[in-house]
Order: sequence, then structure tokens, then C-alpha cells
Amino acid sequence: MQVTSPIREPLVTGHKTMHDITEDICRRVEEKPSKAWLAAFGVSLIMLIVGGYAAAATWWYGIGMWGLNKTVGWAWDITNFVWWVGIGHAGTLISAILLLFRQKWRTSINRAAEAMTIFAVICAGTFILMHMGRTWLAHWALPLPNTYGSLWVNFHSPLVWDVFAISTYLTVSLVFWYVGLIPDLATIRDRAKLTLEKYPLLDTDTPEERREKRKKRRPIAAFIYGLLAFGWEGGAKVWARYEYVALILAGLSTPLVLSVHTIVSFDFATSLIPGWHTTIFPPYFVAGAIFSGFAMVQTLMLITRKVYKLEDYITITHIDYMNKIIILTGSIVGIAYITEFFMAWYSGVEYERYAFLNRAFGPYWWAYWSMMTCNVISPQLFWFKKIRQSIAWSFFLSIVVNIGMWFERFVIIVTSLHRDFIPSSWAMFYPTLYDIGDYLFTFGIFFTCFFLFAKYLPVINMAEVKTILNSSDIKAKEKATEYLKEGGAVKAASPMYDKGKDL
Amino acid sequence: MAAEHTVTVDVNEKYTLTAATQKKIWLWLAVGLILFIAGAFWFVTGFGSEAAHGAGHAAEHGGGGGEHFNPMARVWANLWLNSVFFVGIAVAGVFFLATQYAAKAGWSAIIKRVPEAFGGFLPVGGVIMLVVYFLGHHDLFHWTHTGLYEKGGPEFDAIINGKAPFFYWPLSPEGGFPFFWLLRLVLYFALWYWGYTMIRKASLAEDQLQNRLDFRYYDKQVVWSIVFIVIFAVTSSTSAWDWLLSIDTHWFSTMFGWYVFASWFVSALAVITLAVVYLKEQGYLKAVNENHLHDLGKFMFAFSIFWTYVWFCQFLLIYYANIPEEIFYFKERLHGLGGVYSPVMIILAIINFAFPFLFLMPRDSKRHPIFLKITAFAILVGHYLDFYLMVMPGTAKQYGGFGLMEIGAIIVFASLFVWLFYRTLSKAPLIAKNHPMLEESLHHSI
Repeated sequence: MQVTSPIREPLVTGHKTMHDITEDICRRVEEKPSKAWLAAFGVSLIMLIVGGYAAAATWWYGIGMWGLNKTVGWAWDITNFVWWVGIGHAGTLISAILLLFRQKWRTSINRAAEAMTIFAVICAGTFILMHMGRTWLAHWALPLPNTYGSLWVNFHSPLVWDVFAISTYLTVSLVFWYVGLIPDLATIRDRAKLTLEKYPLLDTDTPEERREKRKKRRPIAAFIYGLLAFGWEGGAKVWARYEYVALILAGLSTPLVLSVHTIVSFDFATSLIPGWHTTIFPPYFVAGAIFSGFAMVQTLMLITRKVYKLEDYITITHIDYMNKIIILTGSIVGIAYITEFFMAWYSGVEYERYAFLNRAFGPYWWAYWSMMTCNVISPQLFWFKKIRQSIAWSFFLSIVVNIGMWFERFVIIVTSLHRDFIPSSWAMFYPTLYDIGDYLFTFGIFFTCFFLFAKYLPVINMAEVKTILNSSDIKAKEKATEYLKEGGAVKAASPMYDKGKDL
Repeated sequence: MAAEHTVTVDVNEKYTLTAATQKKIWLWLAVGLILFIAGAFWFVTGFGSEAAHGAGHAAEHGGGGGEHFNPMARVWANLWLNSVFFVGIAVAGVFFLATQYAAKAGWSAIIKRVPEAFGGFLPVGGVIMLVVYFLGHHDLFHWTHTGLYEKGGPEFDAIINGKAPFFYWPLSPEGGFPFFWLLRLVLYFALWYWGYTMIRKASLAEDQLQNRLDFRYYDKQVVWSIVFIVIFAVTSSTSAWDWLLSIDTHWFSTMFGWYVFASWFVSALAVITLAVVYLKEQGYLKAVNENHLHDLGKFMFAFSIFWTYVWFCQFLLIYYANIPEEIFYFKERLHGLGGVYSPVMIILAIINFAFPFLFLMPRDSKRHPIFLKITAFAILVGHYLDFYLMVMPGTAKQYGGFGLMEIGAIIVFASLFVWLFYRTLSKAPLIAKNHPMLEESLHHSI
């Protein structure tokens, strides 16, 4: 028997039934695209095309199109790469780590967060492909047997570890996301098939009747979702297997989530560059990634919730919990910043000290203080419950956090490079239109994919929300209060809790 | 809700610290003291001949034996090491409790009085640390030597001189009184104990409620838990810098604070698990079932991996960069100081990672007391060694080792910890009967 404490807030409001859940979520897949969706999708496509021009130019002419110079050999490209990889952390964290921690509230947001993860990792990969210059030789990053003598990738290089970490992460995230989709795809398939049975085309139909029926019949959906659902039939045994697979994938992805940003941090921390070589980087990068990932989930979910009217599934409680994770990880990141600053002083190494002073008070001071304001100071507003539960504030701050996390990577990468060891090599970095255009290109990819996902796939995991309905809707809270009033499980042992007494 | 499923639980159950148990603990304490004193006496008096041998040994390896060594250093190092280890377990136990409130955990409501009893060790631990500092600071902390700060003096050390404000502010280092450092030590204990007491107070007040639907004190505990977490988030790192990082005064690592936290936390989880299992074996906490043990096992499993992650990242990054300013720390432990510490490095990786990782991997091993006992014990040994490796090379130098003195010191501190734990535990019922999550915990099934 599952008992829920009355102190827990309901996770599904509006007295929903199982069928209501199916209707509310499937409706969005089945209806014609709305005007708002078409407009948003159009804007994404424009971003994709305009940015695509910049990306094509970068590929055609080479990365000389960027604002890099001899001193600052890494700038927007790697900043954007790390930023997108970071965003790609929330999805698998929500579905894997929160699953292991039995957090029921994850069920309403995991689907969209996982989808977002996959798109974000694709965007991140785009920058690696662009930076390669000769993209058609991308497979050289893999340790493939070849005829160039014993020519292998440099296994000592964290950049190669990155190739392994990120491609593994993408694969597992994709599998995890897809496995979770299967039962819901089957639901959509079955509903589409039902229209075929309900409105059969008969020889006796008049042309009008036939036209009406054709409008209601959804044979293409039945076929495509049927293919995608892998013949799921929803038997008890299939469900049991499904749960095992989910648990195993969660177990596999948990170390993967942590490993990805750990290895991204190694890209910098294994070097000797002051400001990069610092041991706290791995866990601090992971915390930062979760921080920015949750902020992006918050941004997207607040929009989806509004447009699709999902207020009963993504409740204020969900928003509140996500904000709590944002303040937690934001504070961890803040502690890491201060630790680095302190250790730079404590170490007595003049290069370290200079690197950090230069960050805060050098020519890039504005980037540093933008980062501090957006990442450390502004999330502290979430200490106030009012702000945590305000949709406008949550939306605003989630965007602020993502701006801040972009600046964090920019600060780490560019301020550590631009003042080289020899002052004659000192330089500044100025982005070109192509730096900006390539960034826009990934936004185009991201939003085009996300809007396609939001239209053609169920944005909320119906099957999983149904599993928590009995224990976490409004009625459950009432029942839990009643149960406690009656004395609960301890009544047998303690006369104090006998019915009616002292209550 | 299904009324037929009734868990029998005695909500007024209390732990009684019997005279016999008390006697047993005192006996252990006495045995530990004797071993410790005998070992210390043996080492200090016999040092002359050993030192000659040791110095010759070090010279062979080309380093370190030059400066004169006070054999009492190893004695103080033992006391300091155990203080830091057990204080860390106590405070991390309270931190675990706080996380359970902050995260609205349901499963742990039934065992929450166990970590809650850890806080009883804090004031005693604080006093011990202060005393040990005043007795042995010159042998424990290189930075307490005033000669290091005399410009132009033979011992002057520019790097340590640069760190002087961290220890001596606002006083001058020549005075030899590390005001700032000591102030922090006192502050840590004051803040930790204050946070703990506030949680405890609300927890005990909750027991007195007559209405189970009154969540006043639960809410209070949540608030104080968050206050404690904020305090600990900062002080866990800074105390690690003060107490451990500063032993090897030249060395620095930004990861260090989180690394020490990971070690403390997993040790605290092991002690919580051991305490729950032993209490259950003694007939207490009947409502704790294999599902609760399973979760405790998962925590030990997960945080063993977390510790390994942090430990390995710190090691790898320093090893890979191979900068002289940092690498000497690991060189000393792996090959230096006559090689006395090199086996410990290897043992650490096995006992703190490979063993719990493989042993706790299967579901069943997390659900059986005997497996948990073995792993928890191994984790405690392993993390003691972890702290051993942080303290000893910088203090006992090449004269470190593992003998009667070390065993005795562990027994003394462990018995003291157990005694204070039981004493605090016996002061309140074992089950917080008005905990709003109690029903969830009683019906916990995974």
C-alpha cells in the first residue's frame, strides 16, 4: 500500500481522471497546427535559414570567418558548445537522477526536458563540426582503423574523451527518451486506429458522407505512430519490462550525465593555463550545467504550459521545485567561484592571482560582473516563496540564468586566453557576424526541433503521469489527511491515536 | 486506504543506555587509552634509534630527512586526525538529517533520530580540537612557526608569508597567535551546534503535539535544516582548508573542500547505517525493514562513487598538469617520505571505491544487515585512511606508520563518539511520532 503524507502538495490538479490526461495531451498532437505554433515555427525556420547561411559560409571559407586570433584561439565556438552541452544536462538529470530519487514531480516535465536535451546536444555538436573546418573528415575524431600507418587519435587528449562522452550521452539519452515515448505513441496510434473503425468507408456512402468521414479518419497517423510504437500492446509483462529498462537506463545515464560535463571541464582543467587549471572544475561544471539546464527547462515549460493550457499538470508546485533546484545549483556555482578566487590568492602563484584579478577588473570586467550578477546574485531572489511561485519572475530569471551561464563560459575561456604569458601577445576578441550567425544557426536548429516535437509528439509523459495520479492528485491529499486523522498505521500501537481522541 | 495493512510500531519506544553498555564503552575507552599511551610512549622514547634509521632511509631516497623531527608530532597528529574524522562524521550526520527535511524525504522519517543523535558529539569534539591545537600546533601546522614570517630570516618563506592573513589576521604573524584561524574554529562549532540545536528543539517539541495534523514544528525543522545546509555549504569547505589543507601549507587545490566533504558524508552514512542495524539487532526500531536498509545502502553506494569521483578528479588533474607547485603533494604520498604512505594510496582506491561499488551493486546486498555491516565498516576504515593520508605525511613525515598508537587513538575516539551518541539517543523517543512523513516511512516499500 502506498501512503502519501498530507503535507505534500498535489502534483496533478483539476480533479483529472485517467481519460482526461489522455485527452488533454493527445489533443495537441491530433489537432491542426495552431496559428501561434505556425508563427513560432516560422520564426525558428527563419533563424535556421539565416544562421544556416553563416554556417555554410563558415564551412565554405573556413573558420577564418570567425573573430579568432593567434592568442584567443577559442572563443564563441567553444563557449557556445559548452553552453549547449550544459543545457543538455537537465533532461537526463530529471529523468534519471530524479527517477532514482523517486521524485514524482518529474513525470510532468521529463519528456520535454529529455527532448530538449537531445536537441541541445545536437546544437553543441554542431560547433565541434564547424570548428573542425573540414567537416567531411569528422570521423577522424573516432579511433578508426586506417591505412595511414599507425595513425590514431590522441588518446591523451580530453578532446577525444569528449567525443566518447558526448556521443555516448547522446545515444543513451536518445534511447531513454524513445523508450519512454513508446507507450504514449501506442496510445496515439490506437486513437488514430479507432477513427478508422468508427468511420469505415462504405460503398453505400454518399460523396458528402465520404468527405465527412475522410476528415475524421486518420490513416497516416495510424500508420506512422503504429510504426513508431514498435507494436506496443500494453500487457502487464510488457509494462514490467518497460520499468526494468527504465531503471537500467536511469542507472546508466546517471554516471553519464555527470561524466559529460566532467570531461568538458577536463578540456580546460588538464591544461596549464591559469584560470583553467583548477581541480574544482569537474563538479563545478556539472553543477553549472544542471543550473543552466533547469533554467532552460523552466523557460520552455512555462511557454508550453501556457500555450497548451497544461496548468493542471505543470503546477505552481513544479515551478517552485525547479526554482529550488536552480537556487541550489546556482549557489553551488557561486561557492565554486569564490573558492577559485580564494585559492588563487591562497596559492601564492602570481599567474593564478593575475588571471583572477584580470577576470574581475581587466578589460572583460563587464563579462565577469554580468556572470556574477546573473548566476550568483539574481537566483538568490528565489529564496522568496513569492518570487519562486511567480510565473513572470520564474520566466524572467530563467532567461537571466541562461545569459549568465553563457557569460560564465565566455569569461573562463576568453579571459584566461587573451592575456598570454608574453605581454606582446596580448589581444582582445571581437566576434564577427559569422560568430553571431553560427550561434543563431544553433538556435534555429534547437527551436525548429523543439516546436516539431511539441506538435507531433506528446509533450507530457501520459503513461507516467497516470502512475502518480492516485497518490498525488487533489483527492490523494484529502485522503491522506483523512487517513492520518483516523490514526494511520500507528493507531494499533498507541492509544493516543485512537479515532477521535485529541483531534 | 487499505486498513488491513497495519504496521505495528511503538511510538513511545526509547533507547535505554544501560549500566552494562555504559561499562562496556568505558572499558573500551580505557583499553584505547592504554594502547594509545603505550604506543605513544614506545614511539617517543624509542625515537632516537629509529630516527637514525629513518634519516638514513630518507637520505637514500634523496630527500626530506634534513630538518629535525619532534616525535610528539605523530602523537598530536593522531589526536588531530581522529578529531577531524569524528567531528566530520557528527556534523555530516546532522547535514544528512537536514537534507532529508530540505528535500521532503519520506522514507527516512523512521530513522531520523539516529543522525539527530550525532550532534551530541559536536561540543566535545570542539573542545578536544582546541586542546589538541594548543598542545601540538607547532608539530601539526608548519605555518605556526614565527620564523617563516621574519623577512630576511633564515626560515623566511615568501609563499607562507603571503598566506599569513588567512591565519593571523588582524594580528601580526610574529606574535604567533592565529586569531583568525582560531576564531573560525570556534565559529564553526558554534554555528554547527546552534543549527543542530534549533533543529533538535523543534524536533522534540513536535513530539509533544497532540494533533498529528499540526505541521508547525515540521515547518520549523525545514527552515532550520535549510539554515544548517547554508552554513555547512560554506563551512565544510573552509573548515577543510583550515584543519587539513593548511597542514601541507604550500599546497593548494580548489577541489579540496568538496573532497573532504565527500569523505565526511560517506563516513556519516556508514555510521548511520551501522547504528540503525545495531539498534535493530538489539530489538529497537522494529518498524525499520529491508526497504529502509536498501535506501541506506543506496546512499552508501552512491556517495562512495561520489567520493571516488571527487578524489580521482583532483588526483588526475594534478597528475596530468604535473606542475611543481601542486604535484609534490601526491609525489610525497606515492613515492616520497621513504615510501611509508604509498600502500595507503592503493588501499584507498580499493576499499573506498572498488569494494563498496562491487559489493553493494546487487539489490539483495543492500537489503541484508550483514552485507551492510561489512561495507559500512570497510567504508569507515577506508575513509579513516583517507584522512590519515591527509594528515600524516605533513606531520609525522617519514616516521608515520600504523601501530598501537593509531589503533588506540581510533578506539578512544570511537568509544567517545558511541557513548555520546547513545546518550543523546536515549534522551528522546526513537521514533518521532508526529513526523508528517512517518506514515510514508512506515509503509515504505521499494
